[in-house]
Amino acid sequence: MTTRTRTRIALYVLLALAALVFIFPFYFMIVGALQENPTTTPAGMFPTGGWTLENFANINERLPLLRALLNSVVFTAGVLLGTLTFGLAAGYALSRLHWRGRGVLFVVMLGVQMVPFQLLMIPLYVQVAGSYGLGDTYAGMILPFFINTTAVFIFRQFFLALPEEMFEAARIDGAGELRVLWSIAIPLVRPAIATVVLITFIGPWNEFLWPFLITKDASMQPLAVALANYISNIAQTVANPNGAILAGACALALPVVLLFCLFQKYFTASDIGAGVKG
Amino acid sequence: MTITDTTPRLQAPPGPLRRLLGKQPFGLGLALPYIIFLATVMAYPLIYAVYISFFDYVFTAPGMHIDHPFVGLENYRTALTDPRVLESFRNIAVFLVINVPLTVILSMVFASALNAVTRWAAAFRIAFYVPYVTASVSLIGVWMLLFSQSGLVNTILGPLAPDPSWLVNDALAMPSIALYVTWKQLGFYILLYLAALQNVPKELYESASTDGAGIVHRFRHITVPSLRATTMLVLILSIITGANLFTEPYLLTSGGGPDGASTSPVLMIYQKGIQQGNPDVASAIGVLLVILVGALSLASTRLTKES
Repeated sequence: MTTRTRTRIALYVLLALAALVFIFPFYFMIVGALQENPTTTPAGMFPTGGWTLENFANINERLPLLRALLNSVVFTAGVLLGTLTFGLAAGYALSRLHWRGRGVLFVVMLGVQMVPFQLLMIPLYVQVAGSYGLGDTYAGMILPFFINTTAVFIFRQFFLALPEEMFEAARIDGAGELRVLWSIAIPLVRPAIATVVLITFIGPWNEFLWPFLITKDASMQPLAVALANYISNIAQTVANPNGAILAGACALALPVVLLFCLFQKYFTASDIGAGVKG
Repeated sequence: MTITDTTPRLQAPPGPLRRLLGKQPFGLGLALPYIIFLATVMAYPLIYAVYISFFDYVFTAPGMHIDHPFVGLENYRTALTDPRVLESFRNIAVFLVINVPLTVILSMVFASALNAVTRWAAAFRIAFYVPYVTASVSLIGVWMLLFSQSGLVNTILGPLAPDPSWLVNDALAMPSIALYVTWKQLGFYILLYLAALQNVPKELYESASTDGAGIVHRFRHITVPSLRATTMLVLILSIITGANLFTEPYLLTSGGGPDGASTSPVLMIYQKGIQQGNPDVASAIGVLLVILVGALSLASTRLTKES
């Protein structure tokens, strides 16, 4: 065996072991969620019987699972809508048009990436829940996430990569700026839209802190918040608390994991790397 | 506005308007919603947070007016003399000392390994990214069970299991959280390193190979130096993420337990600002946290430039 083959085998063994460590908790989650009595022994990791959907029914009894799912969908859809319209427009303006203030806006965006959301938490809470009276509303939930700055970076990067001649030709043919954007630029950045949908989706869907602060009414809480309450308060009171926690974890995790596996080719290194680095 | 409205205007007409708005004022129009968004959701709260930290501030019901007298550095003094606040900053130091080096080393090694293999590469990538895209709340549920007193990890360890168990042990709670966050976030940093590795010329590796350089040698003398800029980014981003720790101590160790051994500054901001109604002290903690993060980011920039 040559050194080269040996190195190759070592690399595959390293990656396979690491991948197992990364995937194992998901396996544990799914198997446990479908078990009548999830055990904690290594042998119990490969159950042969005792399958049940009871755990999912249990959560549904204690918290409005569908309502929480709907709240998550509305929250996420609102953010996607804002990002795909205003974020795309801003990315285009920042890359393809010359106007006063463009440079300043770009520098501000870079700065924004550095400010932790948690510092803004208190004043935002005062503003949104107090001054605007948007506590327990979808608008209040969506507002701080409405336009995803990383997405604006990604759009800008994609628009920058388009050849300038295409835009010049359209303008010479008499196309107005709105038309250039609508008929030339947007169709060409379709792959960027898929990337942006994916990275924007995981933000609000997984977000805990902000909706946790802004929703006191249980019927307005998105799934992540409802589930966190369930894990820390309610799960201990049901017959099979471990199964119930894992079933809840599944309900929150599966939509994102499925979406990610379907569209993983759009979650590529170059797109997002460029976005993060500006 | 119809499309024909803008058709004749390749550029704004020359004159004062053009001088004021630039060549294509349409760009300002397109960016305006985003500018307003940044101003209301980022700039204004940022200024407001710094402002509150210098005043004696309490929440008031809408329509009520209470004086908020200027108190100088009083809120900062209150924050810095509170042993619970100091403990939360010490906890974050423990967190960063474990999380940051692990993150940088592991993500660089895994990204280089992924970059070197062709078969199964997509499957491996999915495995690494999935924890990153999944909600922390659901993964915390799983980790709580894995690391509980009679959980799978302790069952496997048998007599070696720590007592008290991981998440309720004051020496192990914070390191457990640091390990959890490393695992959860690693995929994102692997992604960044993979992007950077695509720009490292393949010839460098090939010529080193023909010169007889082994894989370790190539990693140390080609990969690590070529990735310096990305390492800086990974350092800064992992410091920011670590300093903003909230969900994990809130849920995984039930509110920073045991007995405050895993509180974080953001958890303190939440408790002081929203639960106890002291937004002024909470804002002071926030400002201190940002200054600390800024200093650490600056230091890591220096470090990666020099070495």
